[in-house]
Formats: sequence, C-alpha cells, structure tokens
Amino acid sequence: MVLLSILSIPFIAAIILLFVKQNEKANYIAIASSGITLALALNITFNGAVNFDASWISSINARFVLTADGLSKILLLLTGLSFPAIFMATSKNEIKNRAQFLSLMLFTQTGLLGVFLAGDALLFYFFWELALIPVYFLCSIWGGEKRIAVTFKFFIYTFLGSLFMLIGIILVYTHTADQSFAIQSFKEAGLSAGQQLTAFALFFTAFAIKMPIFPLHTWQPDAYEQSPTAVTMVLSAVMVKMGLYGVMRWLMPLFPNAFGAHSNFVVILSVIGILYASFIAIRQDDMKRLIAYSSIAHIGLMSAALFANNEIGAQGVLIQLFSHGVNVLGLWIIADIIEQQTGTRSLKEMGGLAKQNPTLGILLVGFAFANIALPLTNAFVGEFLMFNSLFQFKPWIAVAAGVSVVLAAIYTLNMVQKCAYGEVSEKMSKMQAPNVPAQFVLIVLLIVVIISGVYPAPLFDLTADTLQQLFIK
Amino acid sequence: MNAIIASALLGVLMMFASWIFDNEKTHTRIALVGLLALIVANVLQLNGIYTIPVDYKALLSFTQFGLYVNTILFILTFLYVWLNGDEIAKIGNHAADFYALFFFILCGASILTSFNNLLMLFIGVEILSIPLYILTGADKKNLNSNEAALKYFLMGAFSTGIFLLGITFIYGATGTFHMIAPSVNPATGMVREQLMQSAGLILIFVSFNFKVSAAPFHFWTPDVYDGAPTVFTSFMATIVKATAIIAFVVLFHSQYKALGYAWELLLTFVLISTLFVGNITAVFQRSVKRMLAYSSIAQVGFMLFALYGSSSFADEGILLYIMAYSVASIGLFGVLIKMKEYSFEAFNGLAKKEPLLAAMTTVFTLSLAGIPLTGGFFAKYYMLNAAVQSGVGLWLVALAILFAAVSVYYYFKLIQAMYFMEGEPVMHEVEQRYKYKLLVFAILILALGILPNVFLSYLYF
Repeated sequence: MVLLSILSIPFIAAIILLFVKQNEKANYIAIASSGITLALALNITFNGAVNFDASWISSINARFVLTADGLSKILLLLTGLSFPAIFMATSKNEIKNRAQFLSLMLFTQTGLLGVFLAGDALLFYFFWELALIPVYFLCSIWGGEKRIAVTFKFFIYTFLGSLFMLIGIILVYTHTADQSFAIQSFKEAGLSAGQQLTAFALFFTAFAIKMPIFPLHTWQPDAYEQSPTAVTMVLSAVMVKMGLYGVMRWLMPLFPNAFGAHSNFVVILSVIGILYASFIAIRQDDMKRLIAYSSIAHIGLMSAALFANNEIGAQGVLIQLFSHGVNVLGLWIIADIIEQQTGTRSLKEMGGLAKQNPTLGILLVGFAFANIALPLTNAFVGEFLMFNSLFQFKPWIAVAAGVSVVLAAIYTLNMVQKCAYGEVSEKMSKMQAPNVPAQFVLIVLLIVVIISGVYPAPLFDLTADTLQQLFIK
Repeated sequence: MNAIIASALLGVLMMFASWIFDNEKTHTRIALVGLLALIVANVLQLNGIYTIPVDYKALLSFTQFGLYVNTILFILTFLYVWLNGDEIAKIGNHAADFYALFFFILCGASILTSFNNLLMLFIGVEILSIPLYILTGADKKNLNSNEAALKYFLMGAFSTGIFLLGITFIYGATGTFHMIAPSVNPATGMVREQLMQSAGLILIFVSFNFKVSAAPFHFWTPDVYDGAPTVFTSFMATIVKATAIIAFVVLFHSQYKALGYAWELLLTFVLISTLFVGNITAVFQRSVKRMLAYSSIAQVGFMLFALYGSSSFADEGILLYIMAYSVASIGLFGVLIKMKEYSFEAFNGLAKKEPLLAAMTTVFTLSLAGIPLTGGFFAKYYMLNAAVQSGVGLWLVALAILFAAVSVYYYFKLIQAMYFMEGEPVMHEVEQRYKYKLLVFAILILALGILPNVFLSYLYF
C-alpha cells in the first residue's frame, strides 16, 4: 500500500496544482508533497521488501504490480531527495505560471517513480512514456530560445526508442508460457537464441538513447542547455538513470546470453563516449554545457561498468546511481544560482566567487571534488569499484577509461579556477548571498556527499539483494 | 435484426419530422431519442430479446461481436449528434433530412456487422454509401462540396462495379452467394474454380480498400474529406470508416485462407503503402483538416494489421481501435469546427485563450499519436500484438513503428501551435456547454487509455 501512496501523492498534488493560481501557495504544495514523498521513500528504504499487486487489464493478463528491491529503493531515494531539493533551490526563481510548472514537474515525478517501481512490463512501458510527456511540455514552454526544435528532437528520439522497446515487449510476451507481462514470466520465456538477440537489440535501443550511449547522445547537450534549469536537474540527476535502471531491471536478467555476447561492443562504445564527452567538456566555456558533457562522461562510465558484466561493476553502478545524482544536482544548483544573480553562464566572465561569496565558493569546490571522485566523497566509492570491474573485464579498457579521470580533473578544476578564483569580475560583483532555502539544500547535499563517501556501508546493504539476484550462478 | 428494422423505420420517421416540426432543435432532439431507442433495441437483442421474429434464411448471422460493434457505433453516433447538433442545423434547410440519412447509414452499418452472404454484404455497403454522397454535397452553395460529392459518387460507383464483378466471379466458382472457403488440395494446387474464387476475392479486397481509403485506392479521400462540410467529414472519417473496417475484417477473417500465400503479400503491400502515403503526405499539409484526412489514411494502415489473422488480439484490438480513433477524431473535428480557418497557424495561442479546449485537443492528439494513458496507445498496442502473434515479420512491425514516430511529427505540430506559439487563435465563440460536451470525449479517451478492459468485457458476457 505504501508503494501505491508514494505514486499517488505527487500525482494528486499535481492535479491540485492545476487549479492553484498563487505562486506562494503552489510552492508550498509542491514542497510539501515532495517532502512527504521523500519521507515515504525513506520509509520504504528502511523496511523490508514490499509489493503491491492489483488486477489491471485482465484480458491480456497485464497486472498493476509494484515492487521495491534494492535497485528500486536506491532510485526511489534519489528521486525522493531530488525533487524537494530542486523545488527549494529554485523557489525564488522567476518562473511564469509557476503552479503549472510545478504541476508538470510532479507529473514527471509520478512517471519516474512508476518506472522505478513497475514490476510488469506493460506497466513499465506505460510509466516510461508518462515520464517523458510532461518533460516535453516543461522544456518547450519554459525553455531557452531554441527550445521548440531542441525539445522536439529529444522527444522524437526517446519516443522512437521506447517504441522499439514496445516491440521487444510484445515479442517476449508472445513467447511467455502463461501469456503475462510479469518479470518472472519474462525471464522464463522460451526465446531462441535469435529471438533473444532481436529482443535484446530492441530493448537496448530504448535504454541506449535514454542514457545516452555514444553515438545516440546528440539530443542531450542541447536539451540540457535549452531546458529551464529545474528541468535540467531532473533530466540529468534522475531521468538518465531510467536507462541504467532499465538495463539492470530488464536487459541483464531477461537476455543473459545476448547481454554477455555484446558486452564488448557496448563497453567500447561507452568508453568512446566517455572520452569524447570529456574532451568536449574541456573546450566548453558555457558552465551549463560543461556540466552536461561531464554528466555524459560519468553516465558513460556507468554503462561501461554495467556491460562489463561482473559483480563488482554492478555494485559500483548501484552506488553511483545515487551518488552521481546528488553530485550533479549540487553542481546544477550552484550554476543556477550564479546564472540567476550574474546573468551569465560563460566562464570567461566569471571569477572571484570565493572572494565575493566564500560559502558558495566552498560549496562549489566540494561538489567539484565529488565530480572528480576524490576520496572521502561519495563518487570515489562507486568509481573505484567501476574501474576495478573494467580492469577485470579488459585491462586496456580500464586504462582508456582511466584517462577520463584525468580529463575530469582538468575540466572540473578549470571550471573551479575560472569561476571561484582570480579577481572579482564585473559580472561576479553583482553576486549576493544565495537565498536561504538554496543554501540549505546545498549544505544538506554536501553532507550526503561526505557521509556516503566516508561510510557507504548502508548503501551496500541496501543493494545486496539486487546484486544477488543478478549474479546468481 | 432489431437494429436493422428499427434504424430503417427511424429513418423514414425522421424524414417526416421535418414536415411536422419546424424547429431544428426539435429535429436534433427527435434524432437523439431515436438513437437511444436504437441502442436499446440493439442491447435487447444482445441479451436475446427480439421484437419481431423474422426468418432471414441464414442471410444474416448475429454474433456477439457484431452486435457489440453495433452498440459501439450507435453510441458513437449518439455522442456525435449530441455534440454537433447545432452545427448540423446550420447546413442546408432541414436538419431532419440529414438525420434521416444518418439512420439509413446506421441501417447499412447494422447489416454490415451481421452479413452472412455476399448479397447482404453488397446491400449493406450500398445502403451505407449512397447517403454519404448526399451528405458530402450537403453544402449546396459551396463549390468544393459539390465537387467532392461528384468525385466521391463517381469513384464510389466505380468501386461498386468492381465489388459486383468480384461477387460474380465467386458466384460463378461456387454457385452460391454464401461464403464458402475453398479447400485447396496441395498436391494439385488451385484448380480453375478456386482460381476464379480467389480472383473474385481479390476484386472485393480492392473495392474494400477503396471504401476504407487504403492506399493505393485512397485518392478520393483528401478531396472528399476536405470538400465536405466539416461536421459530416467528422462522421464519415469515424463512424462510417469504422463500419467499413469492421466488415472488411469480418469478411476476410473467414475468407483469407482462400487466397493462400498471395494474401499476405497483397495485404503487406497495401499496408505499407497506406502507412507510407498517409503519414508522409500528412507531414506536408498546411491545413489541419487535410492533415486529418491524411492521418485518417495512416490510421487505417494500423487497423489493417487486424487482417493478418484471427485472434483475440485482432478482434479486441480492432474494437478498441475504432473506439479510440472515432472518439478522438470526433473530438478533434469538434474543435476544428469552431475555428474560422483551418491552418495550423490559426491554433496559435489557443492554450492561453482557451486552456480547457487546448488541453482537450491535446488529449485527442496524443491519442491519435498513440501515447500511453490515452486510448490510442492500447489500440496500437493490440494491433501490433495481433500482428506479432499471427507471425508477421518483425520488420513490418518495426516499419509501422517508424511511421508512428513520423505521425508524432504532424500531430505535435498542433500541440506546438497551441502551447508554444504566440498569437490570437482565429475562432468562433465557444459556449461553455460545448466545452463540457467535449470533455466527455476527452474523459472517454482517458478511460480507454487506463482501463480498456471495461470496454471489452461486454464482448464476452
């Protein structure tokens, strides 16, 4: 029942917000609802396995099944944490029709939570698309100058990908023994080697576009840049995780043979993506684009480690799913504060943040360290495990991917240097102390970064059951 | 049987209504009551209660499926008249005449859902078609409407000829108008009679393609849909087309085996060209009305998937499809009627001026594009599942999906115009009551998209 309520709270709040006119009130409703969602997510995380099962479309045997294992819980936690953080950090931003904006954001949250909880293939597909539609409207209405074309590209890309997944679902469904969409039946579906390969390719396309894996990534930097920052945060902190989640929930368990057979190919693509994105990130002057490319590189590493198909890599990814979300969220919030107050995203025009506003400077440095995975930050744990797994997979791949650590240090520290140090630039002199909620959020996030970096054991415990399921011999 | 008799009688009754009552509002009310009576008569038969016992000599067969389709068609017509009554009254002199034609069309429709004999099929198709020629030309002073009617009539007459020729061939081969699937002996292949029967079936196939506007027999569609008064386009593109598709599916589910291997080849050719022509041409349209005409061709492409083989997915799917497609299209045409101009630009800024109307238009559009949470998603889903189950190559399904993605392009142009473009929509005043009526359609679409089960369970009780 708690699973159903975590889905319905943002949904109901979103509907209420459609009828709210005052901005202040809308803010309170959004923050309150996402706060309750966070509380429920914590509740689910610390309680044992929970399930919800109800009849849906009986004639084709599709059921409304929600389940939460370690993998779901860690993403539930991330989704639960991200939304109140985003709402609070951007609560003072100038947004037209704020109530509608927040309503669409909460619809997105409903879709995301549904994706992470669905235990039935058709339901999963349903939520997968539902998470996309509100984002389409959010970006197209509140985005930057080129928003309509860019968002449309993003939409068509992901929509096409998910349609391929739909064929995959139909293909597996027609081969299940009991004609049902349950994960268990899907796992036991009697597919021939050829069919498994086709189904693998169909599912993979959807996930690869969402993550995105090189060369299907072209929609992403533009979409991140043109979206309103609150939406960019959702996209890069939570939404890209849908692809990785899909791989772990569906691709690995359903098609183990095809998965193993293609790991080389995907790992190499991912590593190319990592290096490619890192090099582009170095050349960026726009802070938002820099963070976007850095995020692509990090996701690339996660997909490489996942497709290396060993336990240690999967463990690293499970931890990193959460850590990457928190880190990138912190960076986006800081970038947003700077842009809101100085009116620029260009690193050339920045400088002297540390002098002008020491608190924000320290916070920036903290998240930057997490971005390059220094020890004591949360990302270190995950990245260490992932490199370890790549080394087990093929040493030379680990070396190639390892270059990205150096590159990450280059572009991240370069950003910190240009932004925080040096003389106070003309634009930066307009910088005031960030508002209280934003500052509060940043500090909380930084505490999460450090705690989960120093003592990651709870995260390991949380995801133990997923690992066991994935790698049972 | 109830429905056939009742609709014919009601048609005649409606003709006299314009004689007795002068007020067009009254005509609409009488039509609505008549439609209700028709629904009741049909539901009675669905539950095994007959009003008049008729010996129809096995020319007709009333199945649960056919009767349920009747119910759907009648309810759709009811909703359509309920929404569009005022608009219908604006065309011509006597709304009652049009309602009479509707009833005759429904009479044809109820024959088409229950034929058991090729002659009945032919009569059904003709009863359905002839009123349509009149409706197309209803706007007598409009040249486009006249042209469309003439074009439709000529092309329709031509396809009727082909239809009859097909029936003649089959009669010549089997000696009966009843439908008998030939049993081909694999050792000898098809003998002469069987070849003749196949040729007849192919001719009927062609003629049906014309009726449902599948490519390459679609050329009349855009002009007719564009030229006809918009209210009647709405009727033709939805309820009439749905009836034709159902008859098409029912006929060939029992007969396709007669065509052997050629069947799949033929169907695949028609299906691909329909999807191609419909979707690609729709992309380039400037007028929303013409875009909808081409998109209705594209939608037929998806419906044709039900023809590959008979399965529960195909049967349930085609029902869901006609429901989702018709409700969404009637709704969308309902919005279009209120526009003074049919270009995409006319919709600019609609979301700001009429938020509810824009939201509902979005629901209809998303449904036509097949996005989850709307009926269109399950409609497409069932069709694809039916196709995969019947053993069609996955490449064809993938191709259909690519075209579905193309369709997103032109459907979303409408959403983009309404929500993301600045401007003043070029439209008539819309009454609050009208919006609430449209809301019923939008809610139906969402209900179909969340719990399609509810609408299908009646097939089996």
